[in-house]
Amino acid sequence: MLSEKPVGATVREAGPEDAVCGVTPRWVALPETVEEIASVLRACAERGLAVVPAGGGTKLHWGPPPERLDVLLDLCCMNEIVEHAAGDLVVRAQAGVTMDALASALAESGQELALDVPFTEGATIGGTLAAAVAGPRAFRYGTARDLLIGITVVLPDGTVARSGGKVVKNVAGYDLGKLFTGSFGTLGVIAEATFRLHPLPADRRWIVAVVEPPRVSQSGPCQARELAAMLAVAQEEPSAVELDWPHGQGPIWMTVLVEGAAAEDRARALAARMGEVVTGVRDEPPPQWGLIVDDRLLAEVRFPPAALTEVLDAVHYTGFSLRGSAVGGRLWLELWGEDGQAGEEDEERVTGAVAALRDRLEGCGARLVVHATPYESVQRWGRVGALPLMRRVKERFDPGRVMSPGRFVGGI
Amino acid sequence: MLDTLTAALREVLSADSVITDPVRLRTYECDGLTYHRATPGVVVLPATAEQVAAVVRLCVEFAVPFVARGSGTGLSGGALPREDGVLIVTSRMRRVLEVDLPNRRAVVEPGVTNLAITEAVRDQGFYYAPDPSSQQICSIGGNVAENSGGAHCLKYGFTVNHVEACEIVTPDGDLVTLDRMDPGYDLLGAFIGSEGTLGIATKITVRLTPAPESVTTVLAAFENIEQGGRAVSAIIASGIVPAAIEMMDALAIEAAEAAVACDYPRGAGAVLIVELDGPAAEVELQFARLKEICAGAFELRVAADQEERAAIWKGRKSAFAAVGRISPAYIVQDGVVPRTALPRVLAAIDRLSAEHRIRVANVFHAGDGNLHPLVLFDDAEPGAGERAETVSGAIIDLCVEHGGSITGEHGVGVDKARYMPRMFTDDDLDTMQLVRCAFDPRGLSNPGKVFPTPRLCGEVPGVRKGVHPLVESGKAEQF
Repeated sequence: MLSEKPVGATVREAGPEDAVCGVTPRWVALPETVEEIASVLRACAERGLAVVPAGGGTKLHWGPPPERLDVLLDLCCMNEIVEHAAGDLVVRAQAGVTMDALASALAESGQELALDVPFTEGATIGGTLAAAVAGPRAFRYGTARDLLIGITVVLPDGTVARSGGKVVKNVAGYDLGKLFTGSFGTLGVIAEATFRLHPLPADRRWIVAVVEPPRVSQSGPCQARELAAMLAVAQEEPSAVELDWPHGQGPIWMTVLVEGAAAEDRARALAARMGEVVTGVRDEPPPQWGLIVDDRLLAEVRFPPAALTEVLDAVHYTGFSLRGSAVGGRLWLELWGEDGQAGEEDEERVTGAVAALRDRLEGCGARLVVHATPYESVQRWGRVGALPLMRRVKERFDPGRVMSPGRFVGGI
Repeated sequence: MLDTLTAALREVLSADSVITDPVRLRTYECDGLTYHRATPGVVVLPATAEQVAAVVRLCVEFAVPFVARGSGTGLSGGALPREDGVLIVTSRMRRVLEVDLPNRRAVVEPGVTNLAITEAVRDQGFYYAPDPSSQQICSIGGNVAENSGGAHCLKYGFTVNHVEACEIVTPDGDLVTLDRMDPGYDLLGAFIGSEGTLGIATKITVRLTPAPESVTTVLAAFENIEQGGRAVSAIIASGIVPAAIEMMDALAIEAAEAAVACDYPRGAGAVLIVELDGPAAEVELQFARLKEICAGAFELRVAADQEERAAIWKGRKSAFAAVGRISPAYIVQDGVVPRTALPRVLAAIDRLSAEHRIRVANVFHAGDGNLHPLVLFDDAEPGAGERAETVSGAIIDLCVEHGGSITGEHGVGVDKARYMPRMFTDDDLDTMQLVRCAFDPRGLSNPGKVFPTPRLCGEVPGVRKGVHPLVESGKAEQF
C-alpha cells in the first residue's frame, strides 16, 4: 500500500528485526530531510497507516506495544549536525545524530551538551528527547527539556512546525519543545533540535564512598540521606551525586562528581566533610557511571529529595538494582538476573513486587513508572495527574491516532 | 451579559472582592506597558484557588473572556484587560504556604512577589534564582505566565527551570496540578510562559537555590562599545559562565548618571558589568582570567562588599527609568540576537538611529544577547512617535534576520502579537494554536494575546474567507 505510489523517501519492506515490542511493521521508511519526513507522514495519513518513529532503537522496547503499526520511521539518515555556533554555545542538529557523534563534534571546540545518556552507544538526539531520559548531571544542568532551546517537529498530517529558536533567551510563542520532550513519539516526529551548550569542564573528580542502607543503620540517621542533604547545598557545588545499589542489598555506593575550575581542591574539601565513608577521590568515573546496565525490566522513580530514606527502604530486599541521583530525585530500578539473564523471576512475582513498591513510593510522595517490562501484567504508569488535559492535547495533534498509538500514559 | 455575570460573581465572592465602580476599574486599565489601555468590565479579587475556579466557571457559563493579573508590571500588555470581560487579580493570594528546605522548595500563592520568596529563605542560605528587574513588586504568578528571566538567567535559567509544580485553574474552571514528577506530557513546561492563555496558576512550587559561596562583581569601562562587545565574546570563549554580563552604552550611562549619580567611569563609551559566582576557588580562578580578558578596559572596578556591589548595579538597574531624564518619551524593546551577532546588530541600530533622527540608548543582557534598546523621542514633536515606532520595529526585524527572537523576557502579549509572523510561519503558529485549543477550546482565557489572528478551535487550516459562520450567527466570537 505504501509502496504503490511514491512517498518521497526511501521505503523498504520490514522484517521481524524491525518489530516494536513484538509488533512488526509492514514498511520501514528512511527519510533524509525534514521534507521527506513530512512527505512520508502525509502519505501515511492519506492511507490511515500507523507510524512509530525510531532513532537508534535503544529504547524502542520501552512503553507498551503499539496498538497497530504499519510504518517504522527510521531517522538514522537524519544524521547531520546542521549548525554549531561555537561562539554562541548553541548547536542545531537533525534528530538522527547520535549523542556520541554530537559529543565528539562539540568536544573539538571544547564544548558539550551537558546531557548524560544512559546508553553506551547508538542513542540519538531525537530518541533522547522523545524519552526525556536524564543522567547524573541533571542535578546541575537540568534535563533534556531544560537544555533544548528550539525544535522542528512534523505533525501526523505532514505539517512542519518550529518553536523556540537558536537563542537561549526567548519567550516568543508556546514552547513546543517542552511538549514533545518526553512525548514518546505520540504527538508527531521530532526532526531537528537546537540545544544550549556548556564549555567542557576544565577538570573532573569523582569522590567514591560506601554507605549503609537505612534499614541496617536503623539506630542512627540514614547516612545516604544525610550526605545527600549536605551535598545538595554544598558550596563546592558538585554536579552529581549518584547512588549504585546492586540488587538492593548490601552497602550502597555513592559517587560524587565535582567539575570545573579547582575541581581537585573542591573534591578534597567535600571528601573531608563526607568523612570516613569516602574510599577515594579519583580522576576517572567508576565503571558504568550513569549507564543503564540491563533494561529488560526498567523502572524510574521520581521523588522529593528528602524522601530518599523512604525510597531506599522501599527498594531494600526487592531485588531491584538501584542507580541514579540522590540529590536530583530520579533513580533507575533494574532487575538484574544471574549472568545477564532475567532468570528465575516469574511474572506474577514481579507484577506483585512492582505494585507493592509503587504503593509504598506513592505513599511518600514519589512516583514509579515502569519503562520496560517483558511482562504485560506489570502496571506501567501509576498515578498520572492531568490525564484528561493530556488526552485533549493528543486529540488535537493526532486526531487520527496514527502516531505510536497506545504507547503512552492512559493508552494515549 | 456582564451585569448578570457580575450578580453571579457576587454570590461566590465577598462584596469587597467584586469591583464595578468605574473609578476603581480605571486603576487596572493597563499593566507596565502604559500605552495600551482598556477599562475592564469587572474586576474580581479572589482569595483562594477555589474562588478563582468559581469565577472561571462563571465566565465559561456566560461565555465572557477573562484575563489574569498579578502585580501589573508586565511590559508587553499581557495583562491588558478586556472591556467586555473579567479581570482576575491575584493580589489577595499572597501567602507563602510552605517553605520546605529539606526538599529545597517553597509553595506559594500566585500573588506573592518574586523577592518575597528570597526574603523568606535568605537567612537559611537560600534564594529564588530568577530575578526580573521588577522583582520587588512583580508576582510569581506573573513570572510563571511570562516565563520571566532576569540578569542572572545567563547561568541560572528562567522561571520554567525553577518551577517544580503548579496548581492551575484550567479555562474550563477545573483545578488541576501539573507536576514535573508526573509521567506523561510536560504540560507544566508548556503552561509556563503561555502568558495566561492556558489558564491561571493558583499555587506554585518553586525550587530554592543555595546561595553561592562567593560572588565577585566587576565593572569594566571601555572606550567604545566594540571593545566591550569583544570582551563579552572573549569571556564566553574562555569557558567561563558568569552569573551575569550586562552592558550599557554611552547614552544609557549618561541617563543613569543623570538619574542616580551612579558614578560610572567618566568618558566610557561602554561599561560592562560581569558577575561571577560559585565556589570560592572557582570564582578566584575565573576572576584572574577575566582580568586578563578585560585588559583593554581603561578602568576596572571590583566590588569589595555588598554595598559596592549594589553601587555597581545601581546604574544598570535604574537605566529604564533613568532615560526619562534625557527624553520625554521612550519605547523599550526586548529583542534577542545570537551573542556573536551583537557587533553587527549594534552597528545597524546606530545606522537606523541616524537615518530616522531618533536616539537609541542601548542597555542589554550581553551574555545572552538580549537587547533592551531604549528608543527615545519627544512625544510633543509631530511625527517623532511614528519615527520611533519605525525604528523600534526595524530593530525587531534586525533581531529576527540575525536568527534571534522578538522577545527575550517581556513576552509577546498584545504588544508584539503582530510581530509573531515575522518569526514564525502560519504552520508554526497554527501548531501552537493546537495547544491553545486543547486547553481552551472556547478561547476565553486572555484572548487577543500572543497570537496575531488565531483561528477558532475546530476550524480547518486554510484561507479564511469572510466572517466565520459561528461568529455571524452570534454563537462565537472572534478574538
